[in-house]
This record gives sequence, structure tokens and C-alpha cells, in this order.
Amino acid sequence: MRPHAQTARILLALLPAIPTVLALVGTLVLFSLFLLVQGQPVLDAVGLIFQGAFGSSFAWQSTLLRASPLMLTALCVALPAQVGLVVIGGEGALALGGMCAAIVPEMLPAGTPWLIATPLMALAGMLAGAIWIGAVGALRQWRGVNETISSLLMAYIAIALFKHLVEGPLRDPASLNKPSTLPVPPSMMIGSLPGLEVHWGLFWGVLACIGAWVFVKYSTKGFAMRVVGGSNRAERLVGLPVNLLALAACALGGAAAGLAGMFEVAAVQGSANASLLAGYGYAGILVAFAARQNPLAIIVCALMIGGIEASGSLLQRRLDLPDATTLVLQGLLFANLLAWEALGGRIAAWRVQLQAAALADINLPMEQTHA
Amino acid sequence: MTSRRTFIKDASLLALATMAPFRSVFAAGNTTVGVIYVGARGDYGYNQAQASAAAIIKKLPNVKVVEEENVPETIAVQKTMEAMIEQDGATLVFATSFGYFDPHVLKMATKYPNVRFAHCGGLWKQGNPPNIASYFGYIDECQYLNGVVAGHMSKSKKLGFVAAKPIPQVLRNINSFTLGAQSVDPAITTQVIFTGDWSMPVKEAEATNSLVDQGCDVITCHVDGPKVVVETAEKRGVMSCGYHASQAALAPKGYLTGAEWDWATPYKALVADAQAGKPQPNVLRGGLKEGFVKMSPYGAKVTPDAKKAADTIKGSMMAGDFVIFKGPVKDNKGGVAIASGTSHVQTDYTLESMNYLVAGVAGQI
Repeated sequence: MRPHAQTARILLALLPAIPTVLALVGTLVLFSLFLLVQGQPVLDAVGLIFQGAFGSSFAWQSTLLRASPLMLTALCVALPAQVGLVVIGGEGALALGGMCAAIVPEMLPAGTPWLIATPLMALAGMLAGAIWIGAVGALRQWRGVNETISSLLMAYIAIALFKHLVEGPLRDPASLNKPSTLPVPPSMMIGSLPGLEVHWGLFWGVLACIGAWVFVKYSTKGFAMRVVGGSNRAERLVGLPVNLLALAACALGGAAAGLAGMFEVAAVQGSANASLLAGYGYAGILVAFAARQNPLAIIVCALMIGGIEASGSLLQRRLDLPDATTLVLQGLLFANLLAWEALGGRIAAWRVQLQAAALADINLPMEQTHA
Repeated sequence: MTSRRTFIKDASLLALATMAPFRSVFAAGNTTVGVIYVGARGDYGYNQAQASAAAIIKKLPNVKVVEEENVPETIAVQKTMEAMIEQDGATLVFATSFGYFDPHVLKMATKYPNVRFAHCGGLWKQGNPPNIASYFGYIDECQYLNGVVAGHMSKSKKLGFVAAKPIPQVLRNINSFTLGAQSVDPAITTQVIFTGDWSMPVKEAEATNSLVDQGCDVITCHVDGPKVVVETAEKRGVMSCGYHASQAALAPKGYLTGAEWDWATPYKALVADAQAGKPQPNVLRGGLKEGFVKMSPYGAKVTPDAKKAADTIKGSMMAGDFVIFKGPVKDNKGGVAIASGTSHVQTDYTLESMNYLVAGVAGQI
């Protein structure tokens, strides 16, 4: 029996979410079992997870703050993924982006208004990230170097470079025991969104994700990128510039991670120092895979991971659970996401059926002429 | 046969039965104290030293402690401080990592002027919010004593030091350790390896191995978790001196002694101030004499001579008449570090911008 066409269309829209939803349910069940085995109060803990992540306006703000850098670093994975590249070196782009943004204010004349300084800082951060991850793309396309390995190694180089420069030539002599660059003047610091205690990084993170989604889904260049991701040869056959598209996808991703670094410096830390290396780049990988490389879904998944981190805080304080509990939760989530990906083949089959059902009530002129 | 459904039902019933009521009811007059760690509480190092002080104040009457570990020096720590204040009602917050201070503690202390903040590291200066107490200890006294014991015990006259970053606090420890050893035998040298960051277990193990390969027979360190260094030294059959907390349990054969924090002293003082409603000091410091730092008990290997020498100097430190950094001291590039006739007592701020390694240290800043 075929479902009704209207229902079929709704089901079709929901189909891509099925693995993620099942993964969430699976995670929750496994995590509850884990707590049960440990003799912990399961319902309390699960309640606290929701309370800590989304239970109050304070919880929401905490979640949003933790999520905003993840949106940008996840784009550093999701954009190269459109051309079929697996890039995991966002941490390096973030570090260098933050550092380059941090040295902009000292190069500007004193008293430069933030309206000029802040965009310049953002540009510097994005440029640094774009060059770094762009180099990964170039190595892949022109030298045949595996991008996953090289992006990780490039991240190590970036972090070493960051530490060398921040603790050496760029160090503020007054920062004795916590080597940092010169502080960003307070007038150039980025404040909070109106009415919220969440900085503007969230706004730009969401905007970047939406922008990336529109670009990937609705622009010809974005379409071309997805074709490259589908098949390199097909793309070359139709004469599209595969190498340039891959380079652009990597550079855009790197720019997003660099921008995340800039916000960490200009909205949170006030200078570039080792505190910047908090693993946002690596957490972004998890977010991007959870979002199945869909830029729009990244927003939701970043909120989910941000929420888990926010609730981990409450779990520790209320139940005296070790921080590793949060790690177990994140690990279960990741494992579940990957495991339910195995449904992919079946979902593709369902999609074909549903598409057929959805089209059932539409008169196809071509068939009529043939009849 | 139990079906999946009945199992889940049973499991949730069991969960309901074991569910404890929320512990959010506060007795009147209770002081809630929040403690935040940058790493794991059981790291045999920096965080464990703080956590053991938290465990002590937990037992004080009318004190409730909420703790959170592995909190990075990002917006996360600001949110944790806020959550402890808003959700748990904390009126005193210990932010124990050095990197929490600027901008995180500064920001929160401005936002919550009625909450007391305690930060470890001694960074408070004039103009910072008055509700911050900055506590720290002169642990270089213990590193000096480590050096004295190591100097007596070493056969190769080569000591090894695994250090995180060449910042003043770390340099001060390396220099104290070396000066202590050289007080036994001026020919003793210390080989330093900087790993580049506070927690780099793999590099710390590599550094320890490389120091042992170079002939060092006593190893000590200044990293967040000395566990790896002490364990590796034990495995290689050399001696070690601990740091932050006692690592004696990790190296029953080679552990000589160690430089430990005794944070219970400032913790208890700050909690007492909070309970009495007394203003807290902005800068709180002390060494062996004030009970801010202590030595690990001597290991089985330590000879009576070494014990005697270290105990004599310790007595002199406790009496307050021992100066570690007393000129003339040469740096390891041949220049003068401290001029003859100059002596820097522990409270001397010039020690806090130390930027040299003393003669006899093989290493580069």
C-alpha cells in the first residue's frame, strides 16, 4: 500500500533526520543504562541534562555561548565535505585566526573606531584560516596528499607556530606567567547581543551556517561543489574546475574557523594565548558529522553539543559525577551517530518509494504524450 | 524470557526507586563554596592539591562545597562561576587555575560584587575588583629542599628537570632546585627540558627518558600532572622528587621527597572570613612557615645525612631567616643574575619577574 501523496511529501522531508533522531534515542537509552550500572539516579541525571542545557534562560544562554564557536568550526569540516574532503584541522585555523586578529589592533593607529577595527580583525582571522586550510586543499588537489592526515598535521604545525609566536615575538612583556599577545583595547572588544548575555559570535555563527546552506543548496558554485563531492570524474568530464572548487571549499571552511578564533579573542579572551586552544576545532568535527555535513543542521547540532557541555556542569555540581560522565555521553552520541549512518542504504530505498508516492498524484505530461 | 520492553520498564522502576531527592535545600547559615579545577581532580598534581584542600573545607561545619573539574579557560569557566552563584547559591568561589584570572575572574568579580572570589596564582593588583583574594605559596622553598636532598642522593651529579614553560614561576623553581643541590656540591648541574605546555603526558615521558639517557639520576618537574614524570623515572630505575602533591605512591623505590602545596591553610582562612563576614585580604601568601607549602615525607632511600641537611635548612626557613636568592648568583650565560650583597627575600616582587637560569643549569629560555 502506498502512503498518501501529501504524507509522503512530509515523510520525505523528515527522512534525513531519521538516523540522527534514532541516534539521540539510542544515546539516551545507553547513557541511562550506564548510569544505572554505576548506581546513579538515572531520572535525576537525565532531568539535569535537560535542565542544565535548556531548562532556564540562564541554561539557554550558557548553551548558546558554548555552541557559537562550534558552529563556525563545524563549517570548517562541512564545507570541505561538500567536495568530498574530510578535513579535521580546524583547531589550527582557529588558533592562527585568533592570533592574526589579535595583532591587528596594535598595527592600527590609536583611537581607530571599532567600526573599522573589528571588521579588519575579522578579515585578518578569516584570511589566516583560509590560507591554512586552503593549503590543505591545494596539497590534496595538486600534490595528492591525503587531506585528513595533512589537515591534522597542519593543525599541529599551526599550534606550534601559535605558541612560538605568542610566547615569543608577539608576547606582551607584561604577561609574565600567562604569555599572551598585547591586550585588545576595550573599545575594540565585541559585546553582547542586545538583551542577552551572549556575544555577537552567535549571530555571525548562525548567519554563516545559513549563508553556507544557501550557498551549497541554491548557488551554481555550491551545486558544482556537491557534484565534485559526488564524483570527481563526472565533474572533470563536464569541464568544471575541480581543483579550484575544492580549494575554495577548503578556504571557506578555514575562514569560518579563523573567524571563530577572532571571536574568541575579541569577545572572550581579550588577547591571544594558550587558553584559545580549548578544543573547539576538534569538537567542530563531531558537530559537523552529527549534522551530516548539512550547514543548517550544524546550528541544531552545535546547540546539542553546547547543551551537553552546559549540562555536564550541572551534573558535576549536583550529583558529584566526574567530568568523564560528559565525555561518556559525547562518546555514546558519536558512536550512535556513526552506527545509525548504516541505515543510509535503506533510507535511500525508502526515499525512492516515497518520491514515487509523492509524485503519484501529479500528472506527468511526458507519459501522457507517449501513451 | 525477559522482553526488551519489560527490561526497560524494570530498569526505569529501579531508577525511580533509587532516585534521591534533590539536594538543593540549604540549611540556614550555610556557606556554599564553589571550587573550579582546570583538569581532573585526581591528577596526582596541581588539581589534586587544590581538591584535597576542598575536601578539608567540606568537613567544616556549615560549609557546602560544589565542585567542577576539567573546566577550560574559556567562556565555560565564566558560565561555571555564574552557575555556582546563581544555581547553587555560592558566596565564595575558588577559581584554581592560573589562566582563569584574566579576563574570566575579573569579569565575574565585577559582575557579582557581593560574591567573594579566590584565585590561585597571586595576580591581584591595585585597581582590580576588591572582592578577589589572590592566594599563592612560596613553593620554591620546597624545591630548594628537594634540591638539597637530590644533591645528597645523586651519584652522577646530574639532575633532571622537566618543565612546562619558561615563565617566571617555573624558572624560580628550577633555580631554587639547582641552588639547593649546589649547596651540597657546587659542581652539580641541572638539565632542563621545556615541554611547551602544562599537560603534555607524551612529551613529559619522552623528556624524562631523555634526561635519564643523559645520565641524570634524580628527576623532578614543574608540570600540572607530575604522575608521568615520576612513574617514568621509577620505571627507569632513577630517583625522583615530586611536585604539587605527593607522588610517593607512584614510585615506592625512587621517590625521595616532594614539594607540595598545603592549600588547606588559605582555604580555611578564606572560608572563615566569609563565614564571619570579615573582609578578605586581596593578597594572601606564605611559604613553609605559614603552612602554605609542605614537604612529602622522606622516601625509604633517603640517607640520614640528606635528611639532616634538609631538616636543618627547613628549620631555618621555618624561623624565617633563610634567603634562597642571595647574591652573588651568576646566570647560565655568564652574566650576573643577583649582584653580590643583594638578597631577595621571598616577598620581594623582583623574584616574580625572574627571567634567567642560574649557572649550572643546562637549558635555554
